[in-house]
Amino acid sequence: MTNPLMKVKQVSADYKQMDAKDRKRFWVDGILNNALYILMAIFIIYTASVKPAFLTLGSFANLITQVAAYLPMALGIAGCIVLTGTDLSAGRISGLTAAVAAVMLQKSDFANKMFQNIPEVTVGWILVVLLGVVAIGAFIGLVNGFFVAKFSLHPFIVTLSTQLITYGIILWFFGLNGNNGQPISGLSKEYKDLVGGEMFRLGNVAIPTYVLYAAILVVVMWFIWNKTAFGKNMFAVGSNAEAAKVSGVNVFWTTVLVHTLAGAMYGYSGFIEGVRSGSVAAATGLNAECDAIAACVIGGVSFVGGTGSISGIILGVFILRIIFVALTMLGVDSSSLYIIKGAIILCACALDMRKYLVKK
Amino acid sequence: MGHDVLLKMEGISKAFPGVKALDNVNLEVKSGTVHALMGENGAGKSTLMKCLFGMYVKDSGHIYLEGKEIDFKNSKEALDNGVAMVHQELNQALKRNVMDNIWLGRYPKIGGIMVDEHKMKRDTEAIFKELGINVDVHRIMGDMPVSQRQMVEIAKAVSYNSKVIVFDEPTSSLTEEEVEHLFEIIDMLRNKGVGIIYISHKMAEIKRISDEITIMRDGQWVATKPAAELEMNDIIRLMVGRELTNQFPPKTNKVGEVSLRVENMSGQYNQLKDVAFEAHRGEVLGIAGLDSSGRTETLESIFGIRTRKSGSITLNGKQCLNRNAGESIKNGFALLTEERRATGIFGVLSIKENTVISSLKRHKRFGVYLSEKSQREDTQYYIDAMRTKTPSQETKIRTLSGGNQQKVIIGRWLLTEPEVLLLDEPTRGIDVGAKYEIYQLILDLANKGKTVLMVSSEMPELLGVCDRIIVMSGGRVAGEVDAKNTSQEEIMTLAAKYV
Repeated sequence: MTNPLMKVKQVSADYKQMDAKDRKRFWVDGILNNALYILMAIFIIYTASVKPAFLTLGSFANLITQVAAYLPMALGIAGCIVLTGTDLSAGRISGLTAAVAAVMLQKSDFANKMFQNIPEVTVGWILVVLLGVVAIGAFIGLVNGFFVAKFSLHPFIVTLSTQLITYGIILWFFGLNGNNGQPISGLSKEYKDLVGGEMFRLGNVAIPTYVLYAAILVVVMWFIWNKTAFGKNMFAVGSNAEAAKVSGVNVFWTTVLVHTLAGAMYGYSGFIEGVRSGSVAAATGLNAECDAIAACVIGGVSFVGGTGSISGIILGVFILRIIFVALTMLGVDSSSLYIIKGAIILCACALDMRKYLVKK
Repeated sequence: MGHDVLLKMEGISKAFPGVKALDNVNLEVKSGTVHALMGENGAGKSTLMKCLFGMYVKDSGHIYLEGKEIDFKNSKEALDNGVAMVHQELNQALKRNVMDNIWLGRYPKIGGIMVDEHKMKRDTEAIFKELGINVDVHRIMGDMPVSQRQMVEIAKAVSYNSKVIVFDEPTSSLTEEEVEHLFEIIDMLRNKGVGIIYISHKMAEIKRISDEITIMRDGQWVATKPAAELEMNDIIRLMVGRELTNQFPPKTNKVGEVSLRVENMSGQYNQLKDVAFEAHRGEVLGIAGLDSSGRTETLESIFGIRTRKSGSITLNGKQCLNRNAGESIKNGFALLTEERRATGIFGVLSIKENTVISSLKRHKRFGVYLSEKSQREDTQYYIDAMRTKTPSQETKIRTLSGGNQQKVIIGRWLLTEPEVLLLDEPTRGIDVGAKYEIYQLILDLANKGKTVLMVSSEMPELLGVCDRIIVMSGGRVAGEVDAKNTSQEEIMTLAAKYV
């Protein structure tokens, strides 16, 4: 049955045996189970016919760049969703780490530099800062995971709390040294080059280095999810925490580690976001978790728990980004953009849930 | 006696993926009679009732109530039409009081808005008086013992003026006195002309209370006869479909020296008190007792997923702390839990993932990497060894039948290479054929020198598979019997010792 050709043959043989009612159900099920992809195809064809520029190499390069920026957070948050949880603190954590990274990596001759006695920006220092901000993210994730696992609190409550706390820290940080809440800009060239430097051009659009980093993260996360005991345990806990406990899985540490890993990914996201936006404000990262959660759900990481795949997450981020790029090209205003986004998430969840409902 | 047929179920069939749960089943219940519905676990009794109450949609067949065809969509509709069920597992709003539970969904109202508490109280008390139930109508449901909650459930059924009431294993958690009271109530209902369907495994009860008996086996109707015409042996023969002697594989295991010693074990948050026993290599040790006698707690305390107040566990002379499941697995213990769906399977994961989860260490290479190949080999080994029926390793476990799920989980545990297997109701919800295979497996394990502890509610199973049986009662060990020279009566007497 692994041979796709055999499978097609099998399905068509089954189909021939069905009566009219079963055939109708076959089509309805088929369409509903793949509704998202069918809609995407229609949508892409429509956009391309109205705006031919949509199907150019440059447009594709733009898309890839965006996907690479949004993917890390989705990869992190997906683990929380696999555990039937969620993470509302993701956006704020990346906002905090973006601010910290920016401050640590400002130009040495920048007039409004927040701290004067920061070392010269070298590749070594940039890596130290990267490790630092990833550690900050991981620490907040650890706090999330600890409260979820130790006190059996719902992640919604825990991460809502840490979201607020993190925002408080962000506001305090922006008020340091007489900065008075001003956005942090004047990032050093070395930092910008290392993260956003041009690797090569695709259809006259530059592909920044963080696309490569995102690819590396995908490989690492794929390995963790599929090839380590931690990954297997994560799926087991998400599928049935009680059974996992009986089976000898350390549910506490698995939960803590999933959240910590997620936090580290948000930390990295913030590091990238600093360069992408050029200047970091207190509002940086606001609601970023919504896009990440939406991408996961669209990509089949179900809130039912215990299911999801890295490839699904990538697909989900792609779909969400395609919609954005296309709608922007079509000149849709931002109010409609939000409405469409909400509707897509709702549909995706409803269609996803359909697969898990036990038919009686 | 001239009783009219109240409820008639005709040619009911229902299939689940891979299993034909009901095949052309018939059932006729006459007014003013008690109709016992019998069959082994998995014979289709519950499925038949679920079809009656609309919890399952039947594939074919007809149901008539007083000659009129009916097809209930849910149990509320059934209740409104006078068909009620007293469930084995009570579905009640535990945080609400007795009255609320009885009138839930149809509160008497004043002016269409305000709930009429006085009428509710009056009516509830009237029903309680009629049935001779002595329960405070204001008590919170969750604070009451199961027996009283069950009485409330019966009162609820009566309050709907039910014509047909189904009792699903109503005596499983009742004391003898309470059973007497229940039978009085059933008698009263019978005299009022109610048709009663009585589902139970307990032969003595069935003989006492029922007028007619319908026997099912493997989803099929086998016989319907007046109770007076059936002897206990006939019933068993019809239920099992073969002579009882062939129900269990031959015992070939040799009991060796003592391996497991449990001493002075008491529970921190449960009723276990000074539990102590020994088990031998190559022995199948049964644990009998009523529900909530501490059988499950004993196994789970040994395995470390319940907190012990005191007690020591020694395996082959080595003290085992067993503070959590991980540690117990390392020490050579394995626990097959009672609630397969709740604490056994990972429903959305594949057979492979369900098989390897407890023994991931076996597949580790270079410290972190898990070898796909060795996972596949282990999984395939146990699919073949257990003759698990599955299309592939990647099949999601929830699509398998109960027996096959159980085999996968047993495989999971065998991969941890345990010395002691703690099996809690290993054949629950498994069809007769698969049961035999599980028994064979248990005996094979004993043959290999493993120590097997087996909790079961089915007495014949304990007598057929075990070497010795310890009987628990009220959280204590009430006694120990030799499986070859004991009787169900002796075990039941011990089981009631500390109740």
